[in-house]
Amino acid sequence: MTTQGQSDFDPVSGRTTTGHEWDGIRELNTPLPRWWLWTFYATILWSVAYWVAYPSWPLATSFAGGAFGWTSRGAVSAEIDALNERRASQGAGLASATFAAIARDPKLMSIALAQGRVAFADNCAPCHGAGGGGGVNFPNLADDDWLWGGTLEEIAATITNGVRVDGVKATRLSLMPAFGKDNLLNADEILAVANHVRSLAGLDTQKGANLALGAKTFGDACASCHGPGGKGNPMVGAPNLTDAIWLYGSEIPSIVATISNPRNGVMPAWGGRLDPVTIKSLALYVHSLGGGK
Amino acid sequence: MTDRAASKPNATWWTRHHKLETNSIFLLIGVLIAISFGGLVEIAPLFFLQSTIEKVEGMRPYTPLELAGRNIYVREGCYLCHSQMIRALRDEVERYGHYSLAAESMYDHPFQWGSKRNGPDLARVGDKYSDAWHVAHLNEPRALVPQSIMPKYAFLAKTELDFGLIADHLRVNRAVGVPYTDEMIARAKLDLKAQVDPDGPDAEAFLSRYPKTKLRKFDADHREITEADALIAYMQMLGTLVEFKLYDDKAALR
Repeated sequence: MTTQGQSDFDPVSGRTTTGHEWDGIRELNTPLPRWWLWTFYATILWSVAYWVAYPSWPLATSFAGGAFGWTSRGAVSAEIDALNERRASQGAGLASATFAAIARDPKLMSIALAQGRVAFADNCAPCHGAGGGGGVNFPNLADDDWLWGGTLEEIAATITNGVRVDGVKATRLSLMPAFGKDNLLNADEILAVANHVRSLAGLDTQKGANLALGAKTFGDACASCHGPGGKGNPMVGAPNLTDAIWLYGSEIPSIVATISNPRNGVMPAWGGRLDPVTIKSLALYVHSLGGGK
Repeated sequence: MTDRAASKPNATWWTRHHKLETNSIFLLIGVLIAISFGGLVEIAPLFFLQSTIEKVEGMRPYTPLELAGRNIYVREGCYLCHSQMIRALRDEVERYGHYSLAAESMYDHPFQWGSKRNGPDLARVGDKYSDAWHVAHLNEPRALVPQSIMPKYAFLAKTELDFGLIADHLRVNRAVGVPYTDEMIARAKLDLKAQVDPDGPDAEAFLSRYPKTKLRKFDADHREITEADALIAYMQMLGTLVEFKLYDDKAALR
């Protein structure tokens, strides 16, 4: 049992007790250090000041707003505005200048390239690779082979509207037919045309390949987009088949797979996600990677 | 005791706290009252605050396929490494886009805000990459992002989606407040199939139930509906529903 006794003097320690007693054992009265106690009281006062100054207590239908009207959302909006203002002053004219004008102005160009590099690493590198090297399924942006055109304007248009994006009006759109899946060509014709495509690029063909049938099929089915000589057509995103660049691989099985059931690769549209100046900077950056036209 | 309290002029009820301290039942009741007060003040008002969920255009419940994908997201513990919460901080808004709104989580049970970012935030990953990218990335993350430490999820594309209970999932979500209609629940399985079949007969009716939904075969490599289909359908809609052109930032400052 505990009892609440009177505080009294403890002769052994020479100090008083709290008066609390547990089974005959009493507790020495050891008050908190004064500095600690006053710091504690100060933090209580601080919290009261904090409640007044900042949004804190929930109320019935709203919340206590804080005396200075501070909000985290308002604060971040102000910070972003300040950032955009700084960017606008640093790269004054980047928004309104034409590509040609930017290219003539080394200072403007260096700002655009710096912005473009950062935006590229953040948004483009996951597919096109750091530095734009690309890979299987994702085009290399550092070479001079362009599916949809390699001028600054064409690159900016591709970034803004994407490739084959649902619901974006100006998106780059062309669909290679599924010659195999939809039975537009039979298996012999597909194999023949795959060999013909390899021969266009100067690669060896399979033994016994029917190159005559391949050439005829190519003329009937493929030439309208890829051109009679297979040089491609950036107006419809048809790749040049005569060079050494193969987005989906140059082996016969890869080519047969593409003809049978084309990938028709998709690139997201960035117009809704990035602002026009960033897209402009990206176009300049991509153009500068090595292959811009 | 009382005579002592009475004998000292400043011995009020304050000195009687030993009654609480020496009686476990009293102490328990006292603790419960103290904790309930904290909950009452901190939690209860959130249910009544008119301003908690912003007024936005475009939010709709998850389609059955997206919900199935969300269940895979939860099952695989994606939230352990990926957050879905863009905080109102400059660097996050710069990188990921508009800060997340409460309204964007209003149909999330449970929410997937996460608390750790080993990988990037996914709150607005929708439409950021192509479906083919997601398929290739789940199959082998390092093929696309060499420095990635994400595990492979190649089995998702090889596993047929089990959606036998999808209607029940919708029903459970309705029980906790998601506005699924009877029709949505009755047609859940058909709607799930309709979303990967844009040329199918149910596509139009499906779109009328779930406007602004992406209809396509997300995992184009497989004919059957795979778990990758569901997960990619879910990821491709993340953060894309709210019409930010119609949203007034100033109306919900806090």
